Amino acid sequence: MATLDKIEVKDGVDQKTVEAVHEVGQTYKHGWNTEIEMDYAPKGVNPDIVKLISKNNDEPQWMTDWRLQALERWERLKEPTWAMVSYPEIDFQDIYYYARPKSMIEKPKSLDEVDPKLLATYEKLGIPLKEQMILAGVEGAENAPAEGRKVAVDAVFDSVSVGTTFQDELKKAEVIFCSISEAIKEHPDLVKKYLGTVVPVSDNYFATLNSAVFSDGSFVYIPPGVRCPMELSTYFRINAENTGQFERTLIIADKGSYVSYLEGCTAPKRDTAQLHAAVVEIIVEEDAEVKYSTVQNWFPGDEEGNGGIYNFVTKRADCRGDRSKVMWTQVETGSAVTWKYPSCILRGNESQGEFYSIAIANNHQQADTGTKMVHLGQNTKSRIVSKGISAGVAQNTYRGLVSMHPKAKNSRNYTQCDSLLIGGKCGAHTVPYIEVKNNSSRAEHEATTSKVDDDQLFYCRQRGMDEEAAVALVVNGFCKEVLQALPMEFAMEAQQLVAISLEGSVG
Amino acid sequence: MGFVEPNNALLDLWLDRAENQTDKGWSGQQRADARARVQKMGLPNRRDEYWKYTRPDRLTEAAVPTAELLSSEDQEIFSGFEQIKIVFVDGVFSPELSDALDGHDVSIELLSQTRTQEGHWASDIFGQLEAAGQSPVERPLAALNTALAEDGVLVHAKGATSKPVHLIYLRQNQSCDVMLHHVVKVDSGASLSFLESGAVGARSNLVLETDIEAAGSFHHVRIQGRDHQRLASTHQFARLRQESTFKSFTLTANGALTRNECVIELLGDDGIAHVAGACVGDGDFVHDDTVFVTHDAVGCESRQVFKKVLRNGATGVFQGKILVKQDAQKTDGYQISQSLLLDEDSQFLAKPELEIYADDVACSHGSTSGAVDEDALFYLRSRGVPKALATDMLTLSFLAEAVDEIDDAELINSVVEWLEGWLERRRT
Repeated sequence: MATLDKIEVKDGVDQKTVEAVHEVGQTYKHGWNTEIEMDYAPKGVNPDIVKLISKNNDEPQWMTDWRLQALERWERLKEPTWAMVSYPEIDFQDIYYYARPKSMIEKPKSLDEVDPKLLATYEKLGIPLKEQMILAGVEGAENAPAEGRKVAVDAVFDSVSVGTTFQDELKKAEVIFCSISEAIKEHPDLVKKYLGTVVPVSDNYFATLNSAVFSDGSFVYIPPGVRCPMELSTYFRINAENTGQFERTLIIADKGSYVSYLEGCTAPKRDTAQLHAAVVEIIVEEDAEVKYSTVQNWFPGDEEGNGGIYNFVTKRADCRGDRSKVMWTQVETGSAVTWKYPSCILRGNESQGEFYSIAIANNHQQADTGTKMVHLGQNTKSRIVSKGISAGVAQNTYRGLVSMHPKAKNSRNYTQCDSLLIGGKCGAHTVPYIEVKNNSSRAEHEATTSKVDDDQLFYCRQRGMDEEAAVALVVNGFCKEVLQALPMEFAMEAQQLVAISLEGSVG
Repeated sequence: MGFVEPNNALLDLWLDRAENQTDKGWSGQQRADARARVQKMGLPNRRDEYWKYTRPDRLTEAAVPTAELLSSEDQEIFSGFEQIKIVFVDGVFSPELSDALDGHDVSIELLSQTRTQEGHWASDIFGQLEAAGQSPVERPLAALNTALAEDGVLVHAKGATSKPVHLIYLRQNQSCDVMLHHVVKVDSGASLSFLESGAVGARSNLVLETDIEAAGSFHHVRIQGRDHQRLASTHQFARLRQESTFKSFTLTANGALTRNECVIELLGDDGIAHVAGACVGDGDFVHDDTVFVTHDAVGCESRQVFKKVLRNGATGVFQGKILVKQDAQKTDGYQISQSLLLDEDSQFLAKPELEIYADDVACSHGSTSGAVDEDALFYLRSRGVPKALATDMLTLSFLAEAVDEIDDAELINSVVEWLEGWLERRRT
């Protein structure tokens, strides 16, 4: 690893750690692309493009109008500049807003009809769409049943959903899990009722753009009292060049239901930057619980900072009912620029929001990420654990809001954000906003920034560990809280991605 | 600044006044530069991110506000100390009430009396630290002060000083707008204690620029008076060289709106900067501590300790930032902001920031907000302490961490006594 020399490594930082962190940015294993015939809409965004996307998706008129209204709003908005990220100006008229594999023009009726090249793409990514291949047993997982755990996957390739697995089994449980384009046709009432109620059309610049041009995404509805029998997952893949991906995910957990949802993302290596502006809306009704886990591994750009994905994402969960609960877990290792704040609106009394995040920025990556916890109901609770690791010349920022409204009596928040710096040219920043407007609530915020702590290292060494093992243990502990919050399948992938010598802790 | 046109009526009014200043003198260029700066920036308005939690409107209104006079014994906190008294009445120096300015082991001059001179030691500091403090965040009120302030003290400590310099502000006019600009220079190895107390004006804008040379030390204790309707904006700019020390503590009680900004630059290795504040607010009260500490040298230590007790709808704001530049290795940065909300109507808004570009640092910040601990209260009551007294005891112990930042045990006692009095008067 000759390029390692470029990173200035300080004493006490384990070489393995450096290599592992380096590897995340260096050897992007999902950087290949699929040679497949694509059908593009012309570049740029205007009412005609929006109408075309709407038409390609076979949408009813109300949806087209909704999009056009969003476009009109977007044209009047300004791109936000407050995040601690810098990137060359994006020419929004020089992007393809719609690209689909030609074979998908006539939607295949079952997975058997899907272009084998597409299926091969997902297999290569380790996302087998064929149901029989999904029985991937997880070794050492004590709680997992013997035959392994099932995961239903909705795979999105550029602008279209390729297919959704386990449809039959989900139907039995009355769970609706399909692409959003399908949901607009099949379940218009649900979509109409919930779409845009958590992230309003003109919420922010990128969400508004998404509202106008979103092409596909996933839709989940869990009926009252149903515990979703398997984990649901969406896999996003940007393949085409100069294409923006704008997916929209809508998850509704009705009263007393439960679902765990996973999201993964990759893109080929290209030397020009690509835009990804997604919106995720989650509605959690009374006594329902949603777990949303992300492993974001978009192409981060090369070592010189060329190319990569600009990841400008709006994710928000609305805990509408009493005792509802939402948990965001994210492992952010990819993207050249990340701008992402998965948030919780704690409206119901005794509702809970949790946010666990690991953000790794290496080389020229820039990450400005965090969360918002808006406490509106009484006795609401939130917990934020954010771990940022910076290496190379990367900048990593935690930006968060904790707000306790006057009526949110007896609410609690605990925030911890820790940053670890590897090498002397990177930056780690913390920008928390804390607003407490009543006195029965308690907000606690703690943040630290350091290299590997000397005292901890000394303690371990004093117990007879060599330095490398000691550092591995300390760094391992640094991320552990977040890794433990991930579902088993993701924890494995995340562990590989984070790849910071986590000997013996997870799995 | 921002998307909204700032309220520039006041700016125009004040700058017209500046237009009429004819003196050139040693500060002329700095004043002209500051005028250009503030004209370019405009006055702050509520759309500015830096004024997110505190509305600056009342500080920038063109009309001079009025504030009822309140007899106050604030300066008595310092009465037990030998000191050099310098008194400003409604922002005007009072030679009758003040001690003689000469004959001390520290040089004290007045800005108003030296303005026509050509050349002065303060010209390297006056307006210069303020100008440097305008980036990355603009502070237009400070620039306005540099451009317009008519008076202030110029204090030069050349060795260890035996007596603290005590600025006493008195107010006799219900309606007055006061602007004072103080400059302090602490020479290499010298030390100075600097005290401030009293009500400055119905509305006041104070700037204190402090330049501390290698191994110099500067101690600052400020009591912002019990003046209910007061509007105040203060800026402290400090520049620290090698192994120098800067310690500042502010006690604030009441006042309608107070914004204390502190901008510290650690430019020499092994410098120490501590800023602390305790504030107690009752009713229509907004108190904002905004601190920006820049570490630009190796092995420096900075501490920010801010505690606020709020009741009857009072609002406390804290915006603190530690910026560690790339070469500032071995930095030790600490920041804590806490508030005690004594009833349902009060609020605490905080933005404690870290911006770090060096890897071998230990920086931490904490921020908490909540009510009086019920368990502790129960414990005290079970030992026979009446509820009101128990609450006061817990409130005092909450404030203690900030008060302890003062380096003088006697002074700590007098501040605590003063706080006890404040709490006692409000006992329910």
